[in-house]
Amino acid sequence: MEGLPHQIVAGIATGGIYASVALALVMIYQATHHVNFAQGEMATFSTYIALTLIQAGLPYWVAFVVTVAVSFVIGVVVERVLLRPMHDAPVLAHVGIFIGLLLVISNLSGWIFDYTVKAFPTPFDTGAPMLGGLVSGHELGSTAVTLAVLTLVYLFFRHTSLGLAMRAAAYNPVSARLVGIRVGWMLALGWGLAAAIGAVAGIMVAPVVFLEPNMMLGILLYAFAGALLGGIDNPAGAVAGGFAVGIIENIGGAYLVGTELKLTLALAIIIAVLLFKPSGLFGRVVVSRV
Amino acid sequence: MAALLEAEGLTAGYGATAVLHGLDFAVEERGVTALLGANGAGKTTTLRAVSGMVRTGGSIRFAGERLDGLATEEIARRGVAHVPDGRGTFMELTVEENMRLGAYTRSDRAEVEADFERVFGYFPRLRQRFRQQAGTLSGGEQQMLAISRALLLRPRLLLLDEPSFGLAPLVVQEIFAIMRRIREEQGVGILLVEQNASLALDFADRAYLLETGRIVVSGPAADIRQDESVRRSYLGY
Amino acid sequence: MAAEDAVPVEVVAAPARPDAPTDSLAWLAVPAMVLLAMAPAFLVESFRLFQLTSVVIYAVAILGLNIVTGYNGQISLGHGAFYAVGAYTTAILMASFGLPYWATLPVSAAVCGALGWGIGFPALRLGGLYLALTTFALAVAVPQVLKHDALETWTGGVQGVFIAKPDAPFGLPLSADQWMYLFTVAIAAAIFVLARNLLRSRIGRAMMAIRDQPTAAEAMGMDLAALKTRTFALSATITGVAGALSAVAVEFVSPDSFSVNLSITLFVGMIVGGVASIFGAVFGGLFVVFVPNLAEDIAGAAPGVLYGAILILFVFVLPTGFAGLLRRVAASARRTTATNDATPGR
Repeated sequence: MEGLPHQIVAGIATGGIYASVALALVMIYQATHHVNFAQGEMATFSTYIALTLIQAGLPYWVAFVVTVAVSFVIGVVVERVLLRPMHDAPVLAHVGIFIGLLLVISNLSGWIFDYTVKAFPTPFDTGAPMLGGLVSGHELGSTAVTLAVLTLVYLFFRHTSLGLAMRAAAYNPVSARLVGIRVGWMLALGWGLAAAIGAVAGIMVAPVVFLEPNMMLGILLYAFAGALLGGIDNPAGAVAGGFAVGIIENIGGAYLVGTELKLTLALAIIIAVLLFKPSGLFGRVVVSRV
Repeated sequence: MAALLEAEGLTAGYGATAVLHGLDFAVEERGVTALLGANGAGKTTTLRAVSGMVRTGGSIRFAGERLDGLATEEIARRGVAHVPDGRGTFMELTVEENMRLGAYTRSDRAEVEADFERVFGYFPRLRQRFRQQAGTLSGGEQQMLAISRALLLRPRLLLLDEPSFGLAPLVVQEIFAIMRRIREEQGVGILLVEQNASLALDFADRAYLLETGRIVVSGPAADIRQDESVRRSYLGY
Repeated sequence: MAAEDAVPVEVVAAPARPDAPTDSLAWLAVPAMVLLAMAPAFLVESFRLFQLTSVVIYAVAILGLNIVTGYNGQISLGHGAFYAVGAYTTAILMASFGLPYWATLPVSAAVCGALGWGIGFPALRLGGLYLALTTFALAVAVPQVLKHDALETWTGGVQGVFIAKPDAPFGLPLSADQWMYLFTVAIAAAIFVLARNLLRSRIGRAMMAIRDQPTAAEAMGMDLAALKTRTFALSATITGVAGALSAVAVEFVSPDSFSVNLSITLFVGMIVGGVASIFGAVFGGLFVVFVPNLAEDIAGAAPGVLYGAILILFVFVLPTGFAGLLRRVAASARRTTATNDATPGR
């Protein structure tokens, strides 16, 4: 499983994870113009919840669904309790809350579930590589799951009235209120949805990178890179960007910089995007809010 | 019979600046009330006060219920549709999605579909633009879309903020002609803010003249139209 | 841009100029403060002295961050990276090239300034959260770079670099710890005075204008991107010098002491100490050195949880930090004095 085709396929698998986290970030960014630096930490915490449920004897997919639901609720509660009162506060206050949240959640993860690195089960066949040695069972399965989630999210936003209302609230909150949309709740739902998507990403990536409190830090960086590459105000673009950086990471890691500099590669992608295509591939430049 | 909308001692402002200093006005059921006045007189703020978009004092009654203190979205849900200044178009969404948002609070699906047809009857052009991104519409079309979005809420009261603003005279004529039909067919009360006083007075049955946040003249629109001195000193035509 | 964007932001817009004491008092205050700052060198035992040295170093690092984030409004989450680069530059120059510690400081400053410019240039043209994103990524990536094989000859890879704490020069009768403390205080004092003068100058006012009224500042012909980038480079320089001092004081640098947590610590120190306050940086330094120990005593295994909770609490309750609290207390005290003074005259 060494050649370029495998690197691309593996890139798509990790890209699905990055795309999911990038989508979670962009959803919140679009609605509030803030970047949730604690998104990765929240996902890690969710993954711990999943592991606890599985270890308690719940079937994998039951634990999966319960975790996603609980994460959704956590996301809603965080928005209502911490962000809602700060709605009109300056950007720095928001960043302060996100960093505080990051500290609290990551240390809470370590405190409750201890800091040791843990293996995480995969429901997919871990036996012989499939498709002529191109892809492992988990890579295939996790790609299918992330693609299914992304498709569901797309369908939700495109074809349901609630999804439309959430988009309306993000684009134009004033007009949204005038047609009777409860904008505050739309933001909370967005947070819940972002947390749920993050939970799926965490559960899918944990068997590969192993579970520890900082598991999502590097993934968050690639999600940033993906979101910027695709356009930070464009959810579809962010998803495409997430897949793209997944492939870039795998090829770059295999042939260019080695795995020791994977995080630096993410930084390089971010800087390259800012230098050469600041609006991202599919977005508009957002130069306001100096 | 009580009026559809009744404001008493209505005050409002932005931050520390008071803009409205105690207004009393009313809109009758199925009636059209016009708010006239120069730029900065407080007309737009009055509409925003009714919709709960600014902090207010005094009382606002709508169909017997207090509106003041309610959130904007709750006021909309009680049947007050507001076509704001600048038209409030969801530029990134399609015409269809903009219209669906108008009906967001309703659960009577069949009725909503019927209302879509009714709205297309008023503004056939929206049917042609149905799948188009709303940001690509002309100013007149966006105004039509804004009115349609408001009608799809099935409001009992329609707040219209300068529907003629920035539009060619022919388009304005067209829109006001359609609003007359809407008024007759939809049984909706209208609170209209207009710079173009003669247009507004032809359309309205009651009018209030605002000057720096106070009502200086009020009465039946026909009387005000006749009153030479009011016309000269306040309306300038 | 929405109307509310134009309103000066509350957290960031703490009065920038501390109330200037009258000149006669200032002349007395300066020597008094110098004595006060030097005193611990002769009063406390060496471990405490080391802690105080750390406080001063962190205060300088936080001052650097505060200049760009507090005074210029550009949020950096990666100042730990400049601290790390400053520390490594000094350590490498001392260990591999035999330079004396004091001679490494200008080099570390220059390297960090250049790096700051290089990071600021792409990110600050765009404003918004791009700088926060980029610097966060930088902070996460830096330990990896420091560990990398290609640089191992100089950086010592995972092992890091050991250096020796310098003795007091000119045969002064001081221990190495005492000398290090005094040296650090002297450098810090110089940086604080320079920063204060800069912030009160035309350039300082321009920095704050960009923070509070970017549109107006641009309309007045300021080159926002250039000024922000230079401010960021200066801020990186100052934090880099702090890192350099820390290398000497700790006698050791290693990649894992410069994780993203360091950047977050500096950020927390800035918020808790006081955004856009020069003295806030000192409170911030005290906080980041002493509170984690306290937190460990109070919260046992989870000091980080308490640390994060304190940060959130400050954002909610005391967004101007300790410095803002003191300002408020001082202002109300003055008001009380003023009314008392006025009463007998009636």
